[in-house]
Amino acid sequence: MKVWSVAFKNLSRKKIRTSLTIGGVAVAVAVLVSLSGFDAGYQRSLDRDIDKLGYHLLVTAKGCPYEAATLMLKGGGGLRYMEDSVYKRIVNDRRIDKITPQLVSSVYNQEGQSGRGAFTLYMGIEKSYLDLKPWSKFKYGHWFSGPDADEAIMGYEAAEVEQRSVGDKIFIPGMDKVLTVVGIFERAGTQDDGVIFIPLATAQRIFGLEGKLTGIGIKLKDIRTIAKFEEDLYNEPGIQVVSLAQVRGTILNLVSSARAMAGSVALIAIFIAIIGVTNTILMSVFERTREIGVMKALGASAADVFKIIWLETTIICFLGGLAGVVLAFSGSSIIEHLIRRFLPYTPAGKLVFIKPSLLLVAFLITVIMGLVAGIYPALRASLMKPIEAIRSGE
Amino acid sequence: MPAEQIRAVNNIDLELYPADFIAIMGPSGSGKTTLLDSLGCLGKITGGKLTVMGKDVSQAAESTLVEMRRRFVSFVFQDFLLIPTLTALENVELPLYFSGANYDRKFCVEALEKVGLSNRINHLPKELSGGEKQRVAIARALAKSPKVLFADEPTGNLDTRSSQEIFELFRKLNKEDGLTLVVTTHNPLFGALAQRIIYLKDGRLVSREESGLYV
Repeated sequence: MKVWSVAFKNLSRKKIRTSLTIGGVAVAVAVLVSLSGFDAGYQRSLDRDIDKLGYHLLVTAKGCPYEAATLMLKGGGGLRYMEDSVYKRIVNDRRIDKITPQLVSSVYNQEGQSGRGAFTLYMGIEKSYLDLKPWSKFKYGHWFSGPDADEAIMGYEAAEVEQRSVGDKIFIPGMDKVLTVVGIFERAGTQDDGVIFIPLATAQRIFGLEGKLTGIGIKLKDIRTIAKFEEDLYNEPGIQVVSLAQVRGTILNLVSSARAMAGSVALIAIFIAIIGVTNTILMSVFERTREIGVMKALGASAADVFKIIWLETTIICFLGGLAGVVLAFSGSSIIEHLIRRFLPYTPAGKLVFIKPSLLLVAFLITVIMGLVAGIYPALRASLMKPIEAIRSGE
Repeated sequence: MPAEQIRAVNNIDLELYPADFIAIMGPSGSGKTTLLDSLGCLGKITGGKLTVMGKDVSQAAESTLVEMRRRFVSFVFQDFLLIPTLTALENVELPLYFSGANYDRKFCVEALEKVGLSNRINHLPKELSGGEKQRVAIARALAKSPKVLFADEPTGNLDTRSSQEIFELFRKLNKEDGLTLVVTTHNPLFGALAQRIIYLKDGRLVSREESGLYV
């Protein structure tokens, strides 16, 4: 005979009561798994959304405007440059996934935009630029033929405004320089659409800015390291860092109240489940007072009795955990649907992400739950005095 | 637990010998059961001296009493007190399981055979008659080969015929197997089987007699 068979047979005595208690545990575990799964899934989806923005960080010279709009407001001026030695120093940092240097220059074109004159942005880039903007696709043409070729790739709008196509020559006003258009990007829906791209070395040569950069775009392997990485960059002189950590933080703040609420709901569910289990087992202990007494008369020690009762709660929580995990798996799409209706910002992709390790943790929590819930009833049973227990109800 | 102690038995001096058979008789509330429980190490005694197999357990800790219950004594109760979820055989196994030692199921089957229930070993208590239940309870008490079997009104809930069977079983256990028996009973027929009868009243021993029927 095994102790678990004694415990198991007792639980099967009151099938409905036992199933209801198991159900309570299952719901608590399902809530816990779903909500933790949501937490993980939401962050994952958010990170993926941010990935699509391209840079995690943009390093620029101190005081340099980093956005095309700002550049325009400042009349194309105000650009500042940093030494490309900065790039060389940080390029091998192991936290970096992708990194690309760039040199932006603006040129006033009197004939631009219906003769009123306009600034044209030129950006010197290397091929790594495309790694950071994987959605940049060529509508026409191809990449530069060499790292310092006198060639240009035009953003979709830039090409449209200037009515250029592949093979055309473009003239940089005031620089006395002619470039051949070798490619035109598809519309990206970003500020890149209005930019004329040229090889970095060519840009440095044409604009007389050898060894200078305006910015370094960086994508990290793990966006969570961004704060530390940013902090490390403060040691570099003469630069500033614009990071998406702030953006991510803002969005996470938006959902943090939802997360806190979800967390407390899970905690409450577990608390209620523990009370339910304790109540059920305690009832069953009281109902079996005489049986427990007789077990003691037959030679059971307090520890023997404790073991049996404790095992019963653990069995309930084990089965409840199992059912809860199944419930969470099958119900995750419903929860996902609900969440999407209530949250201010929901990233694309699966919101509820249930990892195997999460299931394991939930399972462990359930078993610990069982052990905690069982302590009091098991103690009550084990401390019963055999005579009083046997003679009770006589 | 009452703050005031109630003296259920008082001033009783009793010695048990191997193969003894004592019947404790007396009206309800006379302290028969309390005497039985005390002798059987079911609870601590509040005064006097109790020696089991040469060991003084009067002041013993609960763990010592557990040890005594495991090794030397067995109980049979008026209302059988079988575990309803366990089969006859499993009920019989229970005390051996609690003894902690490895045990042979064979002993349990033999115990059930001895009480005439070899064809009932896999039945649940609810599938057995009252007499059969009590015989399972006796088999359960016998499985670990106790030195003394304590029985509290073992036929109190049984009809005459089943009672007769139980009487006969006890008689055989005592006479053929040399098992020491201590029983409480209201039934003079049962008492008549015993070697000694002690009468209690209000917790006091009022008379002893040696039965002439049993030699």
